[in-house]
Amino acid sequence: MEKKIGVYICSGCEIGSGLDIEKLSGIATKEYKVPVCKVHRALCGEEGVGVIKNDIEAEGINTIVITACSPRVKYDVFDFGPDKIVERVNLREQVVWSHDWTKQVEVKTKDEEGNEVVNVETRPNDDTQMLAEDYIRMGIVKAQKGALPEPFIESITKNILVIGGGITGLTAAIEAANTGYDVTIVEREQELGGYAAKLRMQIPTSAPYDQLEPTVVQSKIQEAMDHSRITVKTNTEIARISGSPGMFDVSFKPAGTKSVWDVQPKKKEEEGEEKPEEEAKTEEEPVELPADQIKCEDILASDPDAERFGAVVVAAGWRPADPSEFEHLGYGKFTNVVTNVQMEEIAVRGKITRPSDGRQAKSVAFIQSPGVDGDDSDFPFCSSVTSMISLKQAKYVREDDPDAKAFILYKHMRTPGHYENFYRNIQDDEGIFLTRGEVTVIEEDSAKNLTIEVDDTILGEKITINVDMVVLATGMVPATKFEPVINLAYRQGPEFKDLELFDGYSDSNYICFPYETRRTGIYAAGCVRQTMTIGESIEDATGAALKAIQCLESANRGMAVHPRSGDISYPEFFFQRCTQCKRCTEECPFGALDDDEKGTPKPNPTRCRRCGTCMGACPERIISFKNYHIDMIGSMVKAVEVPDEDEEKYRIIAFVCENDAYPALDMAGLNHLKYSADVRFINVRCLGSVNTIWIADAMSQGIDGVLLIGCKYGDDYQCHFVKGSELCNRRMENVAETLGKLRLEPERVQQVQFSIDEYKNIPAVINKFMETMESVGFNPMKGF
Amino acid sequence: MADETTGTPVSGSILVVGGGISGITTALEAAEVGYEVFIVEKNPYLGGRVAQLNKYFPKLCPPTCGLEINFQRIKNNKNVKHFTLTEIENISGGPGNYDVTLKETPRYVNGNCTCCGKCAEACDVEIPNDFNFGMDKRKAAYLPHEMAFPQRYVLDASIIGKDAANKCREACEYNAIDLDMKAKTFNLKVASIVWATGWNPYDAKKMDNLRFGWIKNVITNMMMERLAAINGPTGGKIVRPSDGKAVSSIAFVQCAGSRDENHLPYCSYVCCLASLKQTTYIREQYPKAKVTIFYIDLRTPGRYEKFYKKVKADANVFFVKGKVAKIEEDPVTRDVLVTAENTLSGKKVQGRFDMVVLATGMEPSTATVKVPGNAKYDENNFVISGDILSTGCVKKPSDVMTSGQTATGTALKAIQTLVRR
Repeated sequence: MEKKIGVYICSGCEIGSGLDIEKLSGIATKEYKVPVCKVHRALCGEEGVGVIKNDIEAEGINTIVITACSPRVKYDVFDFGPDKIVERVNLREQVVWSHDWTKQVEVKTKDEEGNEVVNVETRPNDDTQMLAEDYIRMGIVKAQKGALPEPFIESITKNILVIGGGITGLTAAIEAANTGYDVTIVEREQELGGYAAKLRMQIPTSAPYDQLEPTVVQSKIQEAMDHSRITVKTNTEIARISGSPGMFDVSFKPAGTKSVWDVQPKKKEEEGEEKPEEEAKTEEEPVELPADQIKCEDILASDPDAERFGAVVVAAGWRPADPSEFEHLGYGKFTNVVTNVQMEEIAVRGKITRPSDGRQAKSVAFIQSPGVDGDDSDFPFCSSVTSMISLKQAKYVREDDPDAKAFILYKHMRTPGHYENFYRNIQDDEGIFLTRGEVTVIEEDSAKNLTIEVDDTILGEKITINVDMVVLATGMVPATKFEPVINLAYRQGPEFKDLELFDGYSDSNYICFPYETRRTGIYAAGCVRQTMTIGESIEDATGAALKAIQCLESANRGMAVHPRSGDISYPEFFFQRCTQCKRCTEECPFGALDDDEKGTPKPNPTRCRRCGTCMGACPERIISFKNYHIDMIGSMVKAVEVPDEDEEKYRIIAFVCENDAYPALDMAGLNHLKYSADVRFINVRCLGSVNTIWIADAMSQGIDGVLLIGCKYGDDYQCHFVKGSELCNRRMENVAETLGKLRLEPERVQQVQFSIDEYKNIPAVINKFMETMESVGFNPMKGF
Repeated sequence: MADETTGTPVSGSILVVGGGISGITTALEAAEVGYEVFIVEKNPYLGGRVAQLNKYFPKLCPPTCGLEINFQRIKNNKNVKHFTLTEIENISGGPGNYDVTLKETPRYVNGNCTCCGKCAEACDVEIPNDFNFGMDKRKAAYLPHEMAFPQRYVLDASIIGKDAANKCREACEYNAIDLDMKAKTFNLKVASIVWATGWNPYDAKKMDNLRFGWIKNVITNMMMERLAAINGPTGGKIVRPSDGKAVSSIAFVQCAGSRDENHLPYCSYVCCLASLKQTTYIREQYPKAKVTIFYIDLRTPGRYEKFYKKVKADANVFFVKGKVAKIEEDPVTRDVLVTAENTLSGKKVQGRFDMVVLATGMEPSTATVKVPGNAKYDENNFVISGDILSTGCVKKPSDVMTSGQTATGTALKAIQTLVRR
């Protein structure tokens, strides 16, 4: 597209009061020879927008630079259609509202008698003016360098694969099928239904939430079997999933067998990940191919017989936890100490009977918390679900024998929300004794009866309970704790990332975005994500089905999914200059890239989230987006006018995360918080996209310092691209080294972790950096 | 933007009532599949209750971070249209074919508003600040809060027809204040309706023994969120309401209304975690302060258990299992005296605190305002999802993560109504 740029300067909202608008226009018309530059006192009003629209019509303006308020506001009035490039220059929040318009200047004059006197006069603040002028330069350059993105559209399939045929998988499949999508369910067992099919009754799922319900799973199985859009593969496992959203090629295999398409576990690089590896080994011994000898073609090759799917829902469920580690509870030693899963098996078979002699249990104790050394945690992997399972099973005991007694020994009774109604109902049963306490020991007599000693009861004394049977409220361990399940043929490995952060659950680390995973198009649901009740699993499965549908519909339009939902730009690679360093492949937080045997990256656009981390990582700078690239940002850096050293003005470039730091700057502006006018902000998609060349460019141009303001990282990371800010920080170590070689102080480049709500600290952050600048002085490369 | 016009009525679209985190999530998740969605919100801004929260548990991250992303999603998606200051008057028809009457109350500020703030500067009338639960005042021409979306001022109806309103209008350079704006009624035809009107904090005044409203240093957990928030009435400093002094001892009273058959028989799900979270606010500001939590059971399901352990490891945090029976004020020091009863043993525990926070529960908004259409409720006034779908805290007491989960599933149920037609 032949660009015709129009620059439109708004003088409203104090922009005209704080700045010399004529000089600003001059930047556009004289320095950059922009054909059209107009000033309006309220550009966002009907008249102002009309001026722009008129120029689009009459003058053929197609690239519009609006120098007014933040791009976060008036986004709708300055939308001139998808075929126009609009660049917003933030002169309001980040210039006139956050900087002084005037300054006091000492002026020497002579009085009537010819004596020299010094008068203090108020003059326009040239620092603020220079800031605005630089921003206009940067905005024009950005508009010049950017191009309209066009979506990358591939032919995709809209079928959905559901891994796991339990209540979650069945629900996800039915819900997706009812929305018009073809679904295949893969179940490892011979029968559908999972653990939900092995229950006598289920915890209440509907109002008034106070009664046990017959399990819903049989009707779900029937519905799935009868559904014309659902295919069921039982006795089947996933050997591998290769490809990307819209075109996942999936190799199946009979459950428990090996296949030539099996994906080998990735060599563990971090020591902390040793444990799952050990577990994996015991599972699949003997490992034929050492894990560190994965061949590249193994990853890129696809099974010709594979079936193609658009998106995947992982509903692989859970396995019962083993409570043997709590020796004082006697599990494995005493026959009549069972887990809640074993109890359910007994309950399904008939009356509640003792394993030791098959006699009907007259008294059963349920233990909620292992209670080691006063710890009040429930068993591991419990969530609140096991509290309700015990209440449910206590009810079985009472239903089977009205004279039988149930004891529930707990630290905290966890029946959140509506489930309290169920708890209240159980409390009304006079044969169920609920008491807080810590079980210190369980002993067995010759008749295999059990004696439980309970301490720290609410009565403050030790009690002893004699029962026929003890049920331990053990947890539900997610399948992903044991094996990758999804078996991705991805260069970054076959499993979900961050599993260790969530004890093996494939959960999201975002409170606001519960379905986020680091594997685009693959959504976890049910007990693989969190320990859930049947009711919760059904809701969760429905949400995951939506995300799967949304992902493939987005892929179909060439659009990104969350968090840059709807973005049609995508990274392009100039392969001729690729040195096969693999940094892009390794650093992508979403594992979007694979590579061939030479190490040349294979981009998978539908896996990509468009954060630009690959662009930031690439030392050869061969990765670019149409509307966001190395040259664009580099040219913006170079557009900043660097004053000569004798002017004694610092120039700082600050790269800021557009999701959190940039809005915080706007908030600071809205509150008229003031900070140094020596800093020029450049918003970036994510700090992960910051390429060190921009820093080198800045330094060689005489910029005194570079500040990077991005999201918090660590276990509670707030980066919307998971790893961007952390990766940026890692790259800074190399930057420091480079600076050292140039004999520049490493303090000149700093990264700050910042949250959106900390906007009141913006001046402090900037002032602190300016103090550092004062201590290291001007960049000696100025003027070279 | 949808505020400007009533929009062309389109059938085959989804109406989401309530612009809090659940409503926004339902709307966006459906819109990003490709469906047209209308969000209707009675407040002048979107964001609902979470906009009032200081941080989320367990990550202690700011809610505005996720809201900002969601607002960006709204800005970038032409499928989403939103109406603020709007409520539903009537719903007729059924799934696939609803006719909905909406009523928009005047904002008195039109789309010309640039958010320059001159009207507020000129306005000489102050009103209690609802956003901060009346703990401070704001001008009668106001931006609800810094991150408010849409970013546009509001004139409080109380000044209309008075001199203050004229002063605001005169101060506006952009012709954005329209004092003649009237309430307007309009209709939308939609195929599916999702009720996501959320919750209200249970009125703590209803519990006589807890003395909220009489004792100044007894506040609610939602008030604590505003006290701790950087844009709250004290700029984020947690101080005693009676004298603005720093605090050295605070008590949290759990189940203030919840799990009580005289009030809210159910568990409100979030209050245990909210108090643990607020404990971290206090402990961060006051390294020497002591915090006591009176509880029945600590409900920290799933991954929240880790968060509980983290707070529990703090030697200055004390947990007392027992229901609070009585709260009194020392008239001299204005300290708060708490008497708790160990529900089983009957033993009494007493403590003196600078300040007490009541962990008040959540009541569905439909306890006060019902759905003006065909909806079913459970015995506690939560909306049972039916033809009119319900989601979020108007469906069941939930935390933000569960709300997001449920809302995403609800988006699919809404889409199915459209697909089936």
